[in-house]
Amino acid sequence: MWEFPLFPDSASTFAPKVDALYIGLMIVSAAFTFAFCFFVLFFAVKYRRGSKADRSNIRDSSPLAEAIYITVPTLIGIGLFIWGAVIYFELVSPPGDSIEIYVTGKQWMWKAQHPEGSSEINALHVPAGKPVRLIMTSEDVIHSYYIPDFRAKQDVLPGRYTSMWFHPTKVGRFRLFCTEYCGTEHSRMGGWVTVMEPADYEAWLEGSSETNGLAAEGEALFRQYHCSGCHGANSTVKAPPLEGVFGGPVPLLNDPKDPQSGSRIIVADERYVRDSILRPMEEVVSGYEPLMPSFAGQIPEEDLLKLVSYIKSIGRGRPNRTLTDRGMSEGEGASSNITDFMGGAAANGGTD
Amino acid sequence: MGYLGADYTVKSWLLTTDHKRIGLLYMISITVFFLLGGAAATLLRLELMTPRGDVFGSPDDYNRSFTIHGVFMVFFFLIPGVPAVLGNFLLPLMIGARDLAFPRLNLMSWYIYMIGGLFTLYALVAGGVDTGWTFYTPYSTMFSNTQVIAAALGIFIVGFSSILTALNFIVTVHTMRAPGMTWLRLPLFIWAHYATSLIIVLGTPVLAITIILVAVERLFKVGIFDPAYGGDPLLFQHLFWFYSHPAVYIMILPSFGVISEIVTAFARKKIFGYSFMAGALLAIAVLGFLVWGHHMFVSSQSMYAGMIFSVLSFLVAVPSGIKVFNWTATLYKGSVSFKTPMLYALGFIGLFTIGGLTGLVLSTMATDVHVHDTYFVVAHFHYIMVGGMVMAYLGGLHFWWPKITGRMYSEFWGALSALTVFIGFNLTFFPQFLLGYIGMPRRYYEYPEEYQVLNVMSTAGASVLAVGYMMPLIYLLISLKVGKIAGPNPWAASGLEWETSSPPPTHNFLDTKIVTSGPYDYELQEFADQQREVQEQGIV
Repeated sequence: MWEFPLFPDSASTFAPKVDALYIGLMIVSAAFTFAFCFFVLFFAVKYRRGSKADRSNIRDSSPLAEAIYITVPTLIGIGLFIWGAVIYFELVSPPGDSIEIYVTGKQWMWKAQHPEGSSEINALHVPAGKPVRLIMTSEDVIHSYYIPDFRAKQDVLPGRYTSMWFHPTKVGRFRLFCTEYCGTEHSRMGGWVTVMEPADYEAWLEGSSETNGLAAEGEALFRQYHCSGCHGANSTVKAPPLEGVFGGPVPLLNDPKDPQSGSRIIVADERYVRDSILRPMEEVVSGYEPLMPSFAGQIPEEDLLKLVSYIKSIGRGRPNRTLTDRGMSEGEGASSNITDFMGGAAANGGTD
Repeated sequence: MGYLGADYTVKSWLLTTDHKRIGLLYMISITVFFLLGGAAATLLRLELMTPRGDVFGSPDDYNRSFTIHGVFMVFFFLIPGVPAVLGNFLLPLMIGARDLAFPRLNLMSWYIYMIGGLFTLYALVAGGVDTGWTFYTPYSTMFSNTQVIAAALGIFIVGFSSILTALNFIVTVHTMRAPGMTWLRLPLFIWAHYATSLIIVLGTPVLAITIILVAVERLFKVGIFDPAYGGDPLLFQHLFWFYSHPAVYIMILPSFGVISEIVTAFARKKIFGYSFMAGALLAIAVLGFLVWGHHMFVSSQSMYAGMIFSVLSFLVAVPSGIKVFNWTATLYKGSVSFKTPMLYALGFIGLFTIGGLTGLVLSTMATDVHVHDTYFVVAHFHYIMVGGMVMAYLGGLHFWWPKITGRMYSEFWGALSALTVFIGFNLTFFPQFLLGYIGMPRRYYEYPEEYQVLNVMSTAGASVLAVGYMMPLIYLLISLKVGKIAGPNPWAASGLEWETSSPPPTHNFLDTKIVTSGPYDYELQEFADQQREVQEQGIV
């Protein structure tokens, strides 16, 4: 109980990098602090009232000194900013081969859902040595998923998906917290992240798996919520087919009410699929009528995750980008398969 | 015949339009709110001595307490503190004016402040608020079952008090300066209050609008912030921090003014780099509006927005650095005496430096991801807001106490309190930096056992700090009865406020002041001292 730690455990690939940056910042800060303290005390004592120190040639300003005060801290600041930005860029750019786990925050518990079907509460099991990406949403207020030993944190918001990723390097149990104040039991909303050897993880998944997997459950829900009635292969309603959509570019009408308004391209990611279920009139695929009703309030978050997972499973792979960053989705990444997709959509429209 | 003795009736105080008396009314009410916020802080620190909940009956009581602590300290003490008390009292005196431009508006802003305070107190008595002082949505609008609207209304009202005082200051500085008091002859205290007033006038309405939106969503279930009704929870954070980050500068800029006055007076030397000091105040005021997004690095804000906020946050450090550099350079070849106000000012420089530099960890996105919403942040903003503002407030209070009351306090107890506050403060908040980096989240009622030792240290430090804060309350009150008569200028300081009697007459000056030189004309005095010393030695 009376240990005196200065650093949390270092259990992910980020930890040593963030610690190094932190130590760098501390060195810069300590250097400035000690310099100030030294000069303040030194001058205060040397020039104390009544001392015989030399006080000739007093100056009350020095443009040269001011220029140095301005330039040196600015350069140091920009250097530290770049160092921090490089690590941050990595922190928000998950590799394409990450294991993806869905997390739902709820007053006051964390629910994790593995793609193979196992789910757990206030716990997370992950294999060591593999990148893990969490796709997260909240059912009520803002929460924040925090694993100090991984130096990883991300707010979890109602109404949208956020994502975080980490690459655990060490087998063991690590604390999991909620760091965004969320009401009465805020300080009890946490648990343990267990990092296992990959083989143990596989065994754990099989041992705890009771269901068919997220995508399979999603497929059942796809029929249950009558999505297949329009999006299915034999439907009579003209709705975009979903096979092959996920991860690729989608041309959208700029203004859903005006077919002549021109189109823009976005990437079909988790956010887009979720929003299309809940707010279908806002981002309508070019070439289709805005007919779909909203399912907002009718599908719980957990079912939404399963539906998204199903649509992913029939998609064509995931774009290598972050969920939270819409800026990138509209620019890069959308160019590759665009002609291919447009051709497919046109062909479909023709046959229908 | 000072302003204090002009009339003794209660009515003469409650209906006064004298800026000095209004300053004292603020001083009394702000002290009461400080004690209230401090009592809540004491309970929080006691609770956190052990990992389990044992002081409060339930987590809800703990959550209400940290909200009380935050709301009263931020909105009723830290933000109005220096401007409403010292600014009100000194601004007209320092520019040679007979009063503020709008004396009755000034009285009204005190009444508005009190009404806002009473609303918030009502929220407290009627069941409390558990949202924290940040009122993050959708928790505050849809999920909290507490008196959010009453508390928000109190803050909304007190915001008008800030705006009115700021407008009054701006107009006064523009129109009421004594003949010869040009802009570049203004004391830095005035520059600081001018810059602060600009932030208040531009920023506070945004807070008011935000609070109204919270109330509207709560009352009428209009979807503004809650996605369940089609709102956006991040919208609140953008609006809130657009005001509340500049609010940190509302707290600290007037403190810069106070510290500048004290350092130059007790070094008996003109402040180093006057024009850069004034420019830095304005630069901080402007840049302060451009960095709110650094509160949102992990909120799912776009990565590119985050980078811009990060680099701007680094740039704010530059004008802040200029202040510290120039205070230090002012001591060089000065004639430094270690009276109580100077001890508080030196303590301020130390605490502000630590607070400012640890801000770099939060401006840097990669480290902010780890320490965001942990005790690291708690320690950082207490160093800036409490270490900074309270040290400056107490330093200024001691510096101008002889002017305000006409009496000197005990120098021994003054020096002891400055030392106790400085030590107590560091003992309380330095362990919280360590606590934050090892991962303890803020606003936790219970915490894992491995965090206990640092929490015990922090609580022990808080008891020292509490003693330090209580001491001035006692010996300053005693000084009113037994203190030595101060005379017009006990510190041999420069500045128009020292050229009138202590306490000043009702209309400040018996004659019109004419200013013929810049502020801080100390070289001549120092030169005269040395000349006199040389002569004395020659005689011996």
